[in-house]
Amino acid sequence: MDPLLLLEQAFNGMQFGVMLFLIASGLTLVFGIMDMVNLAHGSLVMIGAYLATTLVAWTDSFLLGMILAIPATFAVGALVEIIALRTLYRRNHLDQVLATFGLILFFNEIVRIVWGPISLYSGLPDYLSGQVEIIPGAPYPMFRLVIIAVGLLVAAAIYVIVAHTRLGMLIRAGASNNEMVGALGVNIKSLFTLVFALGAVFAGLAGMMLGPLTSVEPGMGEPLLILAFVVIIIGGIGSIRGAFIAAIVVGMVDTVGRVFLPGLLRVFVSDAAADTAGPALASMLIYILMAAILVVRPRGLFPAKTG
Amino acid sequence: MNRRQLWLSLITLGMFALVPPLTEIIDQPFYVDMMARVMILAIAAVSLDVILGYGGMVSFGHAAYMGIGAYSVGILSYYGIDNGFIQFPLAMAASAFIGLAFGAMSLRTSGVYFIMITLAFAQMLYFLGISLEEFGGDDGMSSMRSEFAGAIDLNSPIQFYYLVFAVLAMVLFMMHRLVKSRFGMVLQAARSNEKRLQAVGFPTYRYKLVAFTIAGTICGLAGALFANLNEFVSPDVMHWTHSGEIMVMVIMGGIGTLIGPVLGATAFLLLEEYLPEWMELLMTNAGEHWAIVMGPILIAIVLFGRGGIHALFARKGSGHG
Amino acid sequence: MVEPVLRIAGLCKSFGNLIATDDLHLDIGQGEIHAIIGPNGAGKTTLIAQLSGELRSDRGQVSFAGRDITRLSVPARSALGLARSFQITSIFPNFTALDNVALAVQAHAGHSFRFWRPAHLDPALRQPAAEVLERIGLDSRAHEQAANLSHGEQRQLEIAMALATRPSLLLLDEPTAGMGREESAQMVTLLQSLKGRLTIVLIEHDMDAVFALADQITVLVYGRAIATGRPHEIRASAAVRAAYLGTENADA
Repeated sequence: MDPLLLLEQAFNGMQFGVMLFLIASGLTLVFGIMDMVNLAHGSLVMIGAYLATTLVAWTDSFLLGMILAIPATFAVGALVEIIALRTLYRRNHLDQVLATFGLILFFNEIVRIVWGPISLYSGLPDYLSGQVEIIPGAPYPMFRLVIIAVGLLVAAAIYVIVAHTRLGMLIRAGASNNEMVGALGVNIKSLFTLVFALGAVFAGLAGMMLGPLTSVEPGMGEPLLILAFVVIIIGGIGSIRGAFIAAIVVGMVDTVGRVFLPGLLRVFVSDAAADTAGPALASMLIYILMAAILVVRPRGLFPAKTG
Repeated sequence: MNRRQLWLSLITLGMFALVPPLTEIIDQPFYVDMMARVMILAIAAVSLDVILGYGGMVSFGHAAYMGIGAYSVGILSYYGIDNGFIQFPLAMAASAFIGLAFGAMSLRTSGVYFIMITLAFAQMLYFLGISLEEFGGDDGMSSMRSEFAGAIDLNSPIQFYYLVFAVLAMVLFMMHRLVKSRFGMVLQAARSNEKRLQAVGFPTYRYKLVAFTIAGTICGLAGALFANLNEFVSPDVMHWTHSGEIMVMVIMGGIGTLIGPVLGATAFLLLEEYLPEWMELLMTNAGEHWAIVMGPILIAIVLFGRGGIHALFARKGSGHG
Repeated sequence: MVEPVLRIAGLCKSFGNLIATDDLHLDIGQGEIHAIIGPNGAGKTTLIAQLSGELRSDRGQVSFAGRDITRLSVPARSALGLARSFQITSIFPNFTALDNVALAVQAHAGHSFRFWRPAHLDPALRQPAAEVLERIGLDSRAHEQAANLSHGEQRQLEIAMALATRPSLLLLDEPTAGMGREESAQMVTLLQSLKGRLTIVLIEHDMDAVFALADQITVLVYGRAIATGRPHEIRASAAVRAAYLGTENADA
C-alpha cells in the first residue's frame, strides 16, 4: 500500500465525512427535538447548491456569492418549516415520511423549472483551484482542504452553540424531553423554526461546497440524505457528537474502502474474483458497519433520548 | 370485512378480470400490459400493507424485496435457467431470506430508527446492484420470460395477464385469511399497543419478524413477475423512490385494508400515466413537470385523505380497526 | 412462614441521580393482597415495571414461585403466571372488548403462528374470554369497540385482560385511577371476589380501597420500604403517619 495514496484518501474521507456531518447535524436535531422524519432535508442541500451557483454568477464573486447564499438558505429553511413542516409535527411518522416525500418531488421539479434539467457546473476562483503540498511530495487540492476546514469550523461552532448557549440548552432539553422546554416558557414554535432553519443552512452549506466538486443537478441531495441517515443511525438520534464521529467514520470507511478493498481482497482470493466482489463489497461497507453497530447498540453510539 | 368491503373487492377483481376482453373490443392491446403492471405493483403494495397498515411497521425499503425477486429471475435467466418452476420458488426463498435478515436487525429498533434502517438496507442492495458489472451494473440486464412448460405460456400477453391476476387474487385471499387469523390478531394488536401485547404474554419481536418476512416473500413474488413483465431487470426497481411509491399506493388506496392498496396502485399508475397528458392539455410542455402536481397531491392525501380511495366506497371498516 | 410467592431481595433502580427503588426487600405470601402505598414519586410504578419485567433492575433479585425471574422478559414472566394492569389504561382501542380479552386468552393458548383459521370463530378463545367478561360484569358490552367504552369500563377491561391470562400473581397499578366513587366501589367488590384465589400486589391511592382490601400494606417513600404490616398496624404507625398518611389526608 502506498502511504501517500493512503494519506490522500484519508483526506478525501475526511472531506466526505465533514460534508456528511453538515447534512446530518441539522437532521439529527430535527429528529431528536421534534421527533420528526424529514426526507426533504436532501432538497435543502440541493437548494443551497443552486442558490450558491446562481449568486456566484450574479455577484461575479465566489466568496460573496457563497456568503449571500447562507442567509438565503436560512430563509428557505424557515419558510419550508413555517409553511409545510409545522403541520406535520403532530402527525405520525408515516404521514411525515409521505408528506416530505411529496415535498421532494415538488422541490426537484421546481428546480427543474427554474434552472432547467441540465446539470450546472460552477468553477472555482484561481485562489481556490490550486494544489497544496500537505507534506512534501503529496499535492492536495486546495478547495478540498477548505471544505475540511469549513466543516470542522462549523462542527466547532455547533458544539459551542449546543454545549454553551441558552439555545443549546433548550436544544439539549428538547432532545430528551419536549414538554420540559414548553414548561420553561419558551416559544416552542420559533425554537423549532430556528433549529430547522439552522439545519437548512448547514445542509445548504454542504450543497454549496459540493457544487464546484461535482455537478449541481435536481435530486443531487437524496443519495447524501440516505448516507446522512446511516450517520444518524450510527451516531444516535439527536446527538451532535454522535453525528460528528459517525460522519467521519462513514466518510473514511466509504472512501478508503472503495480504494483499497479490491486490492486487499486480492490477497485472499483470485484477482478476477476480487475485481468483481471488491466494488460490490466496498459499496456495501458502510451499511454492513451500520448493521454491525446496530446489533451491539440498537440506539446508536450516543443515544440522546433515554427510555 | 363487512358486506360492502367484500363487494368492493369482488367488483375490483372482476374489473381486472375483464380487462383483456375489453381491450380486445376497443383494440388497445397496450392496456393489457399496463394493467398487468398495475396488478404486480398491487401485489407489492398489499404485501407492504400487511406490515404497514396491519402491523404498524413503517418499512421504507419494501422495493428491495421486489428487486431481490426480479434479480433472482434475471440472474437465473442469465445462467440459462429459464424454468419458472425453479425461478419463482427461488425468487421467493431469496426474498424471504433477505426479509428475515433485514427484519431481524431492523425490528430491534422502532420509530424513526426503523424507518431509516429499512431505507438504508434497501439502499445497500441498490448500490450492490449498481456495482455488479456482471449483471449489467446500473444499466441492468435483459431477461427472458420464465418458462412454465406444459402449464402456461408467459410469452402470450393474455396468459401472462391472467397469471398475474391469479397471483393477485390468491395473495388477497391468503392475506384476508391471515389478518383474521390468530397471527393476524397479534399483528394488529402490535400496531395499536405493543407494550400491552407483551404484558399479556406475547413475545412480539418474533411475530413481527415473521410478518416482515412474509411481506418480503410476497413482494419478491411481485418482483419475479415484474422481471417477466419488463423482460428486463435493473437496480432502479430497488431505488428508494420506488419504495416510497409503493408506500404512496398503500396510503392512496386505504391503509389497513387489503383491497385499498390494489385501488391505490391502480390510481397511482394511472395518474403517473395520464397526469402528464392532462397537464399538456392545459399548457404546452407542462407534462414533463407532472411531479410538481404529484408532490402536492401526495401531501394533500396525507393531510386530508383519511382512509384513501377505499373510504370513498366502503364504510369505515370496523372489522379492520 | 410458608415460602412466599413473590420474593423481592435488595432490588435497586435509579434513573441518573434519581433513586426510584432503593434496596427493597419484600416477601409476598400466597393468596395475599399486598398493597403498596406512598406519596407520588415514591417509586411505586417503577416497582411494578421492575416486577413485570418492563424495566431492568440495577441490582437485586426477584423470585416468583421459587424461581429467579430477575432477568426474564415481560412475555416470559407472563407465561409463568404473572399479569399486570396499567395505571394509564392500556388496551387495544380498535378491538372490541371481547377481542381484547380473547387476545389475552390466545396469549396463553399455545403459539400464535396460526395463519389460516379466523380467530373470531374460535370457541377455544371466545368462550373463556366471554366468561371472564361475564365475571367482571362487562358481558353486555362485549361487542363494543374498546375505544367507545367508558373510562370505568376500560379500567374493568384492563383487569379482565389480566385475568384472562390465568395468572397466579396480579400486579395492579392503581385500578381505581380516575374512577368515580361508585365505580371505585364496584372495582373493590370485584377485587374482593378475587381474594384468596390470586396473589395481588396492589398500588392504590384510594385509602378506602386499600384498607378494605389489603392483608398487608407496605409504605414506600423514595424507593424505600419504611414500614410493612397489617392494615391496623400501618394505621397506628407514627412513622407512616408522619411520612405519608397525614399529607394524604390533607390532600383529600
